[in-house]
Amino acid sequence: MSFAQLFSDIVKLWKNYGTIYLTGMWKTVSLAVICTLVGCLIGFLCGILQTIPCARTDHVAKRSLLGLLRALIRIYVEVFRGTPMILQAVFVYYGLPYFTNNTVQWSSVWMAAFTVVSINTGAYMAETVRGGILSVDPGQTEGAKAIGMTHVQTMLNVILPQALRSILPQIGNNFIINLKDTSVMFIIGYTEFFATHKAVVGATFLYFPSATVEMIGYLFMTLVSSFLLRWWEKKIDGSDSFDLATKDTLAHTSGLVRFRSRFSNKMEERGR
Amino acid sequence: MGEVLLQVSHLSKNFGSNVVLRDIDFSVSRGDVTSVIGSSGSGKSTLLRCINLLETPTSGQILFHGKDITARGYNVAAYRAKVGMVFQSFNLFSNMTVLENCMIGLRKVMHQDRATAERTARRYLDKVGMSPYINAKPRQISGGQKQRVAIARALAMEPEVLLFDEPTSALDPQMVGEVLDVMKALVREGLTMIVVTHEMAFARDVSSRTVFMKDGIIWEDGAPEQIFGNPEKQETKEFLSRFFDR
Repeated sequence: MSFAQLFSDIVKLWKNYGTIYLTGMWKTVSLAVICTLVGCLIGFLCGILQTIPCARTDHVAKRSLLGLLRALIRIYVEVFRGTPMILQAVFVYYGLPYFTNNTVQWSSVWMAAFTVVSINTGAYMAETVRGGILSVDPGQTEGAKAIGMTHVQTMLNVILPQALRSILPQIGNNFIINLKDTSVMFIIGYTEFFATHKAVVGATFLYFPSATVEMIGYLFMTLVSSFLLRWWEKKIDGSDSFDLATKDTLAHTSGLVRFRSRFSNKMEERGR
Repeated sequence: MGEVLLQVSHLSKNFGSNVVLRDIDFSVSRGDVTSVIGSSGSGKSTLLRCINLLETPTSGQILFHGKDITARGYNVAAYRAKVGMVFQSFNLFSNMTVLENCMIGLRKVMHQDRATAERTARRYLDKVGMSPYINAKPRQISGGQKQRVAIARALAMEPEVLLFDEPTSALDPQMVGEVLDVMKALVREGLTMIVVTHEMAFARDVSSRTVFMKDGIIWEDGAPEQIFGNPEKQETKEFLSRFFDR
Protein backbone atom coordinates (compact mmCIF):
# COMPACT_ATOMS: atom_id res chain seq x y z
CA MET A 1 0.00 0.00 0.00
CA SER A 2 1.27 3.43 -0.79
CA PHE A 3 -0.02 6.96 -1.01
CA ALA A 4 0.05 6.70 -4.79
CA GLN A 5 -2.29 3.73 -4.58
CA LEU A 6 -4.57 5.57 -2.15
CA PHE A 7 -4.60 8.58 -4.40
CA SER A 8 -5.54 6.59 -7.49
CA ASP A 9 -8.28 4.77 -5.52
CA ILE A 10 -9.71 8.05 -4.36
CA VAL A 11 -9.68 9.43 -7.89
CA LYS A 12 -11.43 6.30 -9.09
CA LEU A 13 -14.06 6.56 -6.35
CA TRP A 14 -14.67 10.23 -7.07
CA LYS A 15 -14.97 9.57 -10.81
CA ASN A 16 -17.56 6.85 -10.36
CA TYR A 17 -19.37 8.00 -7.21
CA GLY A 18 -18.64 11.75 -7.01
CA THR A 19 -22.25 12.79 -7.47
CA ILE A 20 -23.39 10.24 -4.88
CA TYR A 21 -20.87 11.65 -2.36
CA LEU A 22 -21.95 15.19 -3.18
CA THR A 23 -25.62 14.32 -2.80
CA GLY A 24 -24.76 12.80 0.59
CA MET A 25 -22.94 15.95 1.62
CA TRP A 26 -25.85 18.10 0.52
CA LYS A 27 -28.26 15.96 2.55
CA THR A 28 -26.00 16.20 5.58
CA VAL A 29 -25.58 19.97 5.33
CA SER A 30 -29.24 20.67 4.67
CA LEU A 31 -30.38 18.48 7.57
CA ALA A 32 -27.81 20.06 9.91
CA VAL A 33 -28.74 23.63 8.91
CA ILE A 34 -32.49 23.15 9.21
CA CYS A 35 -32.27 21.16 12.44
CA THR A 36 -29.90 23.67 14.05
CA LEU A 37 -32.27 26.51 13.15
CA VAL A 38 -35.36 24.70 14.43
CA GLY A 39 -33.39 23.52 17.47
CA CYS A 40 -32.45 27.12 18.20
CA LEU A 41 -36.11 28.13 17.94
CA ILE A 42 -37.07 25.41 20.42
CA GLY A 43 -34.16 26.41 22.63
CA PHE A 44 -35.11 30.08 22.62
CA LEU A 45 -38.72 29.25 23.36
CA CYS A 46 -37.75 27.03 26.31
CA GLY A 47 -35.10 29.45 27.54
CA ILE A 48 -37.53 32.38 27.45
CA LEU A 49 -40.32 30.44 29.15
CA GLN A 50 -37.93 29.34 31.88
CA THR A 51 -36.78 32.87 32.64
CA ILE A 52 -40.19 34.56 32.93
CA PRO A 53 -39.89 36.43 36.22
CA CYS A 54 -42.13 35.07 38.91
CA ALA A 55 -42.46 36.72 42.30
CA ARG A 56 -44.13 35.33 45.38
CA THR A 57 -46.62 38.16 45.13
CA ASP A 58 -47.85 36.99 41.71
CA HIS A 59 -51.21 35.33 41.25
CA VAL A 60 -51.42 31.64 42.21
CA ALA A 61 -52.60 30.61 38.73
CA LYS A 62 -49.62 32.28 37.07
CA ARG A 63 -47.19 30.76 39.53
CA SER A 64 -48.52 27.21 39.19
CA LEU A 65 -48.66 27.48 35.39
CA LEU A 66 -45.06 28.65 35.27
CA GLY A 67 -44.05 25.92 37.70
CA LEU A 68 -45.67 23.26 35.53
CA LEU A 69 -44.04 24.69 32.41
CA ARG A 70 -40.61 24.68 34.01
CA ALA A 71 -41.05 21.09 35.15
CA LEU A 72 -42.05 19.98 31.63
CA ILE A 73 -39.07 21.74 30.05
CA ARG A 74 -36.80 20.20 32.67
CA ILE A 75 -38.06 16.70 31.83
CA TYR A 76 -37.68 17.35 28.08
CA VAL A 77 -34.11 18.58 28.51
CA GLU A 78 -33.06 15.74 30.77
CA VAL A 79 -34.59 13.00 28.60
CA PHE A 80 -33.16 14.20 25.29
CA ARG A 81 -29.81 15.22 26.69
CA GLY A 82 -29.52 12.02 28.65
CA THR A 83 -30.06 9.43 25.90
CA PRO A 84 -28.05 8.72 22.73
CA MET A 85 -29.40 10.34 19.58
CA ILE A 86 -29.02 7.09 17.62
CA LEU A 87 -31.39 5.46 20.09
CA GLN A 88 -33.79 8.41 19.99
CA ALA A 89 -33.96 7.99 16.21
CA VAL A 90 -34.96 4.35 16.49
CA PHE A 91 -37.33 5.08 19.36
CA VAL A 92 -39.16 7.84 17.53
CA TYR A 93 -39.11 6.20 14.09
CA TYR A 94 -40.64 2.92 15.24
CA GLY A 95 -42.55 4.37 18.18
CA LEU A 96 -45.04 6.37 16.14
CA PRO A 97 -46.44 3.45 14.07
CA TYR A 98 -46.26 1.17 17.10
CA PHE A 99 -48.44 3.37 19.27
CA THR A 100 -50.95 4.13 16.53
CA ASN A 101 -51.34 0.55 15.32
CA ASN A 102 -49.66 1.52 12.05
CA THR A 103 -52.37 4.07 11.23
CA VAL A 104 -49.84 6.89 11.46
CA GLN A 105 -46.52 6.42 9.71
CA TRP A 106 -43.65 8.81 9.18
CA SER A 107 -44.28 10.38 5.78
CA SER A 108 -40.56 10.07 5.02
CA VAL A 109 -37.33 9.12 6.69
CA TRP A 110 -36.31 12.75 6.32
CA MET A 111 -39.23 13.85 8.52
CA ALA A 112 -38.21 11.41 11.24
CA ALA A 113 -34.54 12.42 11.06
CA PHE A 114 -35.51 16.10 11.06
CA THR A 115 -37.73 15.66 14.12
CA VAL A 116 -35.14 13.75 16.13
CA VAL A 117 -32.18 16.02 15.41
CA SER A 118 -34.21 19.20 15.95
CA ILE A 119 -35.63 18.06 19.26
CA ASN A 120 -32.21 16.88 20.36
CA THR A 121 -30.58 20.20 19.45
CA GLY A 122 -33.42 22.04 21.17
CA ALA A 123 -32.70 20.22 24.43
CA TYR A 124 -29.11 21.42 24.43
CA MET A 125 -30.04 24.91 23.24
CA ALA A 126 -32.68 25.32 25.97
CA GLU A 127 -29.95 25.29 28.61
CA THR A 128 -27.61 27.40 26.51
CA VAL A 129 -30.24 30.09 25.95
CA ARG A 130 -31.20 30.08 29.63
CA GLY A 131 -27.56 30.62 30.50
CA GLY A 132 -27.25 33.34 27.87
CA ILE A 133 -30.25 35.22 29.25
CA LEU A 134 -29.00 34.92 32.83
CA SER A 135 -25.58 36.21 31.79
CA VAL A 136 -26.99 39.56 30.63
CA ASP A 137 -26.41 42.22 33.28
CA PRO A 138 -29.63 42.76 35.33
CA GLY A 139 -28.96 46.50 34.94
CA GLN A 140 -29.99 46.14 31.29
CA THR A 141 -33.44 44.96 32.37
CA GLU A 142 -33.71 47.79 34.88
CA GLY A 143 -32.69 50.34 32.26
CA ALA A 144 -35.40 49.03 29.94
CA LYS A 145 -38.05 48.95 32.66
CA ALA A 146 -37.16 52.47 33.72
CA ILE A 147 -38.16 53.88 30.32
CA GLY A 148 -41.44 51.99 30.47
CA MET A 149 -40.72 48.91 28.38
CA THR A 150 -42.80 45.81 29.09
CA HIS A 151 -41.25 42.41 29.79
CA VAL A 152 -41.78 41.27 26.20
CA GLN A 153 -40.32 44.49 24.74
CA THR A 154 -37.34 44.25 27.08
CA MET A 155 -36.73 40.66 26.05
CA LEU A 156 -37.01 41.26 22.30
CA ASN A 157 -35.06 44.52 22.09
CA VAL A 158 -32.50 44.35 24.86
CA ILE A 159 -31.97 40.95 26.48
CA LEU A 160 -32.28 38.48 23.60
CA PRO A 161 -29.97 40.33 21.17
CA GLN A 162 -27.29 40.39 23.86
CA ALA A 163 -27.95 36.79 24.86
CA LEU A 164 -27.79 35.74 21.20
CA ARG A 165 -24.40 37.37 20.81
CA SER A 166 -22.99 35.59 23.85
CA ILE A 167 -24.33 32.17 22.85
CA LEU A 168 -23.37 32.47 19.19
CA PRO A 169 -20.19 30.38 19.67
CA GLN A 170 -22.34 27.72 21.31
CA ILE A 171 -24.80 27.76 18.40
CA GLY A 172 -21.83 27.25 16.09
CA ASN A 173 -20.69 24.40 18.26
CA ASN A 174 -24.09 22.75 18.00
CA PHE A 175 -24.14 23.20 14.25
CA ILE A 176 -20.79 21.49 13.85
CA ILE A 177 -21.87 18.70 16.17
CA ASN A 178 -25.00 18.32 14.05
CA LEU A 179 -22.98 18.17 10.81
CA LYS A 180 -21.17 15.14 12.19
CA ASP A 181 -23.87 13.54 14.33
CA THR A 182 -26.55 13.46 11.66
CA SER A 183 -24.48 10.47 10.49
CA VAL A 184 -26.25 8.31 13.07
CA MET A 185 -29.45 8.78 11.07
CA PHE A 186 -28.25 5.97 8.78
CA ILE A 187 -29.82 3.71 11.46
CA ILE A 188 -33.31 4.62 10.22
CA GLY A 189 -32.19 4.61 6.60
CA TYR A 190 -31.55 8.30 5.94
CA THR A 191 -28.90 8.41 3.22
CA GLU A 192 -26.71 11.32 4.23
CA PHE A 193 -22.94 11.57 3.70
CA PHE A 194 -21.91 8.69 5.96
CA ALA A 195 -24.61 6.42 4.53
CA THR A 196 -23.20 6.98 1.03
CA HIS A 197 -19.92 5.57 2.32
CA LYS A 198 -21.71 2.37 3.32
CA ALA A 199 -23.36 2.20 -0.09
CA VAL A 200 -20.12 2.83 -1.98
CA VAL A 201 -18.00 0.30 -0.09
CA GLY A 202 -20.78 -2.24 -0.53
CA ALA A 203 -20.13 -2.07 -4.26
CA THR A 204 -16.36 -1.42 -4.37
CA PHE A 205 -14.90 -2.83 -1.13
CA LEU A 206 -12.58 0.19 -1.06
CA TYR A 207 -13.10 0.74 2.66
CA PHE A 208 -10.08 2.86 3.46
CA PRO A 209 -10.09 5.14 0.39
CA SER A 210 -13.79 5.80 0.84
CA ALA A 211 -13.26 6.52 4.54
CA THR A 212 -10.55 8.99 3.51
CA VAL A 213 -12.98 10.72 1.17
CA GLU A 214 -15.46 10.90 4.05
CA MET A 215 -12.86 12.29 6.46
CA ILE A 216 -11.86 15.01 4.01
CA GLY A 217 -15.50 15.74 3.18
CA TYR A 218 -16.55 16.13 6.82
CA LEU A 219 -13.49 18.22 7.64
CA PHE A 220 -14.21 20.43 4.65
CA MET A 221 -17.79 21.03 5.82
CA THR A 222 -16.82 21.77 9.41
CA LEU A 223 -13.93 24.07 8.49
CA VAL A 224 -16.08 26.10 6.13
CA SER A 225 -18.75 26.33 8.84
CA SER A 226 -16.38 27.56 11.50
CA PHE A 227 -15.01 30.14 9.12
CA LEU A 228 -18.51 31.39 8.31
CA LEU A 229 -19.51 31.43 11.97
CA ARG A 230 -16.48 33.52 12.93
CA TRP A 231 -17.30 35.90 10.12
CA TRP A 232 -20.89 36.20 11.38
CA GLU A 233 -19.70 36.90 14.93
CA LYS A 234 -17.44 39.69 13.70
CA LYS A 235 -20.25 41.14 11.66
CA ILE A 236 -22.58 41.24 14.67
CA ASP A 237 -19.91 42.92 16.82
CA GLY A 238 -19.73 45.73 14.31
CA SER A 239 -16.90 48.12 13.76
CA ASP A 240 -14.40 48.93 16.50
CA SER A 241 -14.42 52.59 15.59
CA PHE A 242 -17.16 55.13 15.06
CA ASP A 243 -17.52 58.42 13.25
CA LEU A 244 -17.09 61.48 15.41
CA ALA A 245 -19.11 64.40 14.09
CA THR A 246 -17.54 67.30 15.94
CA LYS A 247 -15.76 67.94 19.20
CA ASP A 248 -17.47 67.09 22.47
CA THR A 249 -17.96 70.48 24.06
CA LEU A 250 -18.78 69.29 27.57
CA ALA A 251 -16.05 66.71 28.11
CA HIS A 252 -13.38 67.72 30.55
CA THR A 253 -9.84 66.92 29.61
CA SER A 254 -10.03 63.32 30.86
CA GLY A 255 -12.32 62.31 28.02
CA LEU A 256 -10.19 63.97 25.39
CA VAL A 257 -6.95 62.60 26.78
CA ARG A 258 -8.37 59.12 26.53
CA PHE A 259 -9.47 59.67 22.98
CA ARG A 260 -6.14 61.17 22.07
CA SER A 261 -4.10 58.41 23.66
CA ARG A 262 -6.06 55.78 21.79
CA PHE A 263 -5.40 57.66 18.60
CA SER A 264 -1.70 58.06 19.26
CA ASN A 265 -1.39 54.34 20.09
CA LYS A 266 -2.72 53.60 16.66
CA MET A 267 -0.24 55.98 15.11
CA GLU A 268 2.57 54.27 16.96
CA GLU A 269 1.47 50.89 15.69
CA ARG A 270 1.47 52.20 12.18
CA GLY A 271 4.92 53.68 12.65
CA ARG A 272 6.36 50.36 13.76
CA MET B 1 -44.82 75.45 45.23
CA GLY B 2 -46.41 73.66 42.28
CA GLU B 3 -48.96 70.89 42.39
CA VAL B 4 -48.03 67.69 44.27
CA LEU B 5 -46.79 65.05 41.80
CA LEU B 6 -45.65 62.27 44.10
CA GLN B 7 -46.93 61.51 47.54
CA VAL B 8 -45.21 58.75 49.50
CA SER B 9 -46.96 57.72 52.68
CA HIS B 10 -46.06 55.14 55.34
CA LEU B 11 -43.69 53.43 52.90
CA SER B 12 -41.77 50.48 54.32
CA LYS B 13 -39.47 48.00 52.62
CA ASN B 14 -37.98 44.83 54.05
CA PHE B 15 -35.57 42.46 52.38
CA GLY B 16 -36.42 39.35 54.41
CA SER B 17 -35.83 40.30 58.03
CA ASN B 18 -33.69 43.26 57.00
CA VAL B 19 -35.72 46.46 57.33
CA VAL B 20 -34.43 49.02 54.85
CA LEU B 21 -37.16 51.67 54.88
CA ARG B 22 -39.37 52.43 57.88
CA ASP B 23 -42.58 54.38 57.54
CA ILE B 24 -41.37 56.98 55.04
CA ASP B 25 -43.55 60.05 54.44
CA PHE B 26 -42.45 62.34 51.70
CA SER B 27 -43.89 64.32 48.83
CA VAL B 28 -42.61 65.98 45.69
CA SER B 29 -44.18 68.97 43.97
CA ARG B 30 -43.69 70.09 40.40
CA GLY B 31 -40.41 71.93 40.01
CA ASP B 32 -38.86 70.57 43.21
CA VAL B 33 -35.23 69.53 43.09
CA THR B 34 -34.91 67.21 46.06
CA SER B 35 -31.54 65.84 47.01
CA VAL B 36 -31.46 62.82 49.28
CA ILE B 37 -28.29 62.52 51.35
CA GLY B 38 -27.09 60.05 53.93
CA SER B 39 -24.42 57.40 54.36
CA SER B 40 -24.37 54.18 52.35
CA GLY B 41 -26.97 51.69 53.54
CA SER B 42 -29.29 54.38 54.83
CA GLY B 43 -32.00 53.38 52.33
CA LYS B 44 -31.69 56.31 49.92
CA SER B 45 -31.35 54.20 46.79
CA THR B 46 -34.05 51.79 47.93
CA LEU B 47 -36.42 54.72 48.38
CA LEU B 48 -35.72 55.81 44.82
CA ARG B 49 -36.07 52.28 43.47
CA CYS B 50 -39.40 51.92 45.29
CA ILE B 51 -40.64 55.14 43.73
CA ASN B 52 -39.87 53.67 40.29
CA LEU B 53 -41.21 50.26 41.39
CA LEU B 54 -37.93 48.53 40.63
CA GLU B 55 -38.45 47.31 44.18
CA THR B 56 -41.93 46.40 45.38
CA PRO B 57 -42.75 48.26 48.61
CA THR B 58 -43.54 45.97 51.53
CA SER B 59 -46.23 48.33 52.77
CA GLY B 60 -47.44 51.87 52.34
CA GLN B 61 -48.65 53.94 49.44
CA ILE B 62 -47.06 55.87 46.61
CA LEU B 63 -49.47 58.25 44.90
CA PHE B 64 -48.70 59.72 41.49
CA HIS B 65 -51.19 62.46 40.58
CA GLY B 66 -53.31 61.06 43.41
CA LYS B 67 -53.40 57.47 42.07
CA ASP B 68 -51.77 54.62 43.99
CA ILE B 69 -49.10 53.10 41.78
CA THR B 70 -48.79 49.99 43.92
CA ALA B 71 -52.45 49.09 43.36
CA ARG B 72 -53.22 45.91 41.40
CA GLY B 73 -53.99 46.71 37.77
CA TYR B 74 -52.10 50.02 37.73
CA ASN B 75 -50.20 50.42 34.45
CA VAL B 76 -46.65 50.34 35.77
CA ALA B 77 -44.96 50.60 32.37
CA ALA B 78 -46.88 53.76 31.48
CA TYR B 79 -46.03 55.22 34.88
CA ARG B 80 -42.32 54.48 34.43
CA ALA B 81 -42.38 56.24 31.07
CA LYS B 82 -43.39 59.41 32.95
CA VAL B 83 -40.93 58.97 35.79
CA GLY B 84 -37.44 58.63 34.35
CA MET B 85 -34.48 57.11 36.12
CA VAL B 86 -30.73 57.57 35.82
CA PHE B 87 -28.61 54.84 37.37
CA GLN B 88 -25.23 54.80 39.06
CA SER B 89 -23.99 52.20 36.56
CA PHE B 90 -25.62 53.95 33.54
CA ASN B 91 -27.36 50.79 32.27
CA LEU B 92 -27.12 51.84 28.65
CA PHE B 93 -28.21 49.10 26.26
CA SER B 94 -24.91 47.67 25.10
CA ASN B 95 -26.35 46.22 21.88
CA MET B 96 -27.38 49.64 20.61
CA THR B 97 -25.63 52.82 19.55
CA VAL B 98 -25.93 56.04 21.52
CA LEU B 99 -28.69 57.26 19.21
CA GLU B 100 -30.59 53.96 19.32
CA ASN B 101 -30.40 54.01 23.11
CA CYS B 102 -32.26 57.29 23.14
CA MET B 103 -34.75 56.24 20.43
CA ILE B 104 -35.85 52.83 21.65
CA GLY B 105 -38.21 54.14 24.33
CA LEU B 106 -39.81 56.60 21.93
CA ARG B 107 -40.23 53.91 19.29
CA LYS B 108 -41.47 51.04 21.44
CA VAL B 109 -43.17 52.75 24.39
CA MET B 110 -44.41 55.97 22.83
CA HIS B 111 -44.93 54.32 19.40
CA GLN B 112 -43.39 57.22 17.50
CA ASP B 113 -42.25 56.84 13.93
CA ARG B 114 -38.53 56.66 13.25
CA ALA B 115 -38.12 60.23 12.01
CA THR B 116 -39.92 61.83 14.96
CA ALA B 117 -38.09 59.65 17.47
CA GLU B 118 -34.74 60.45 15.89
CA ARG B 119 -35.45 64.18 15.98
CA THR B 120 -36.34 64.07 19.68
CA ALA B 121 -33.38 61.84 20.53
CA ARG B 122 -30.96 64.10 18.67
CA ARG B 123 -32.35 67.17 20.41
CA TYR B 124 -31.68 65.72 23.86
CA LEU B 125 -28.31 64.27 22.90
CA ASP B 126 -27.38 67.74 21.72
CA LYS B 127 -28.50 69.16 25.04
CA VAL B 128 -26.13 66.90 26.99
CA GLY B 129 -23.34 67.56 24.50
CA MET B 130 -23.29 64.04 23.12
CA SER B 131 -24.42 64.63 19.56
CA PRO B 132 -20.94 63.94 18.14
CA TYR B 133 -21.14 60.40 19.50
CA ILE B 134 -24.49 59.23 18.14
CA ASN B 135 -22.90 56.36 16.24
CA ALA B 136 -20.77 55.10 19.11
CA LYS B 137 -21.57 52.00 21.12
CA PRO B 138 -21.63 52.43 24.91
CA ARG B 139 -18.39 50.44 25.29
CA GLN B 140 -16.58 53.03 23.18
CA ILE B 141 -17.27 56.12 25.31
CA SER B 142 -16.13 57.24 28.76
CA GLY B 143 -18.11 56.97 31.98
CA GLY B 144 -19.08 60.61 32.05
CA GLN B 145 -20.23 60.41 28.46
CA LYS B 146 -22.22 57.27 29.20
CA GLN B 147 -23.99 59.00 32.05
CA ARG B 148 -24.83 61.96 29.82
CA VAL B 149 -26.29 59.59 27.25
CA ALA B 150 -28.29 57.91 30.02
CA ILE B 151 -29.64 61.32 31.03
CA ALA B 152 -30.54 62.07 27.41
CA ARG B 153 -32.27 58.69 27.15
CA ALA B 154 -34.37 59.50 30.20
CA LEU B 155 -35.08 63.06 29.01
CA ALA B 156 -36.15 61.89 25.56
CA MET B 157 -39.20 60.29 27.18
CA GLU B 158 -40.09 63.80 28.41
CA PRO B 159 -40.74 62.62 31.96
CA GLU B 160 -42.57 64.62 34.63
CA VAL B 161 -40.09 63.56 37.28
CA LEU B 162 -36.52 62.40 36.83
CA LEU B 163 -34.88 60.19 39.47
CA PHE B 164 -31.11 60.13 39.80
CA ASP B 165 -29.57 57.23 41.73
CA GLU B 166 -26.05 58.35 42.66
CA PRO B 167 -25.37 59.46 39.09
CA THR B 168 -21.78 60.47 39.69
CA SER B 169 -20.62 57.78 42.13
CA ALA B 170 -19.07 55.57 39.47
CA LEU B 171 -17.15 58.42 37.84
CA ASP B 172 -13.72 59.87 38.42
CA PRO B 173 -13.59 63.47 39.72
CA GLN B 174 -13.08 65.06 36.32
CA MET B 175 -16.06 63.31 34.77
CA VAL B 176 -18.25 64.17 37.76
CA GLY B 177 -18.06 67.77 36.63
CA GLU B 178 -19.42 67.19 33.15
CA VAL B 179 -22.42 65.23 34.50
CA LEU B 180 -23.17 67.78 37.22
CA ASP B 181 -23.07 70.56 34.61
CA VAL B 182 -25.80 68.78 32.67
CA MET B 183 -27.86 68.31 35.83
CA LYS B 184 -27.51 71.96 36.78
CA ALA B 185 -28.79 72.95 33.34
CA LEU B 186 -31.84 70.75 33.91
CA VAL B 187 -32.48 72.41 37.26
CA ARG B 188 -32.46 75.82 35.56
CA GLU B 189 -35.10 74.56 33.13
CA GLY B 190 -37.37 73.68 36.03
CA LEU B 191 -37.36 69.86 35.70
CA THR B 192 -38.67 68.04 38.76
CA MET B 193 -35.85 65.91 40.09
CA ILE B 194 -35.06 63.60 42.99
CA VAL B 195 -31.32 63.14 43.31
CA VAL B 196 -29.72 60.57 45.60
CA THR B 197 -26.19 61.83 45.89
CA HIS B 198 -22.93 62.02 47.78
CA GLU B 199 -22.13 65.33 46.08
CA MET B 200 -22.74 67.61 49.05
CA ALA B 201 -21.94 70.73 47.08
CA PHE B 202 -24.66 69.85 44.57
CA ALA B 203 -27.16 69.14 47.35
CA ARG B 204 -26.32 72.40 49.11
CA ASP B 205 -26.02 74.77 46.18
CA VAL B 206 -28.30 73.41 43.48
CA SER B 207 -31.23 71.59 45.05
CA SER B 208 -34.28 73.37 46.38
CA ARG B 209 -34.75 70.87 49.16
CA THR B 210 -32.61 68.37 51.03
CA VAL B 211 -33.66 65.15 52.73
CA PHE B 212 -31.33 63.46 55.19
CA MET B 213 -31.79 59.71 55.70
CA LYS B 214 -30.29 57.32 58.21
CA ASP B 215 -31.25 53.72 59.01
CA GLY B 216 -34.24 53.81 56.69
CA ILE B 217 -35.78 56.87 58.30
CA ILE B 218 -36.04 60.46 57.10
CA TRP B 219 -34.42 62.45 59.90
CA GLU B 220 -34.60 65.89 58.39
CA ASP B 221 -36.35 67.37 55.40
CA GLY B 222 -36.03 71.03 54.53
CA ALA B 223 -34.31 73.79 52.65
CA PRO B 224 -30.61 73.08 51.97
CA GLU B 225 -29.61 76.29 53.79
CA GLN B 226 -31.28 74.99 56.90
CA ILE B 227 -30.01 71.37 56.68
CA PHE B 228 -26.44 72.36 55.89
CA GLY B 229 -26.30 75.62 57.87
CA ASN B 230 -28.29 74.82 60.94
CA PRO B 231 -29.21 71.12 61.24
CA GLU B 232 -31.63 70.30 64.04
CA LYS B 233 -30.77 66.66 64.66
CA GLN B 234 -27.56 65.35 66.16
CA GLU B 235 -27.42 62.60 63.48
CA THR B 236 -27.46 65.16 60.68
CA LYS B 237 -24.68 67.14 62.33
CA GLU B 238 -22.53 64.03 62.71
CA PHE B 239 -23.06 63.01 59.08
CA LEU B 240 -22.27 66.47 57.72
CA SER B 241 -19.25 66.97 59.95
CA ARG B 242 -17.79 63.71 58.67
CA PHE B 243 -18.19 65.06 55.15
CA PHE B 244 -16.89 68.56 55.61
CA ASP B 245 -14.07 67.92 58.12
CA ARG B 246 -12.09 65.89 55.64
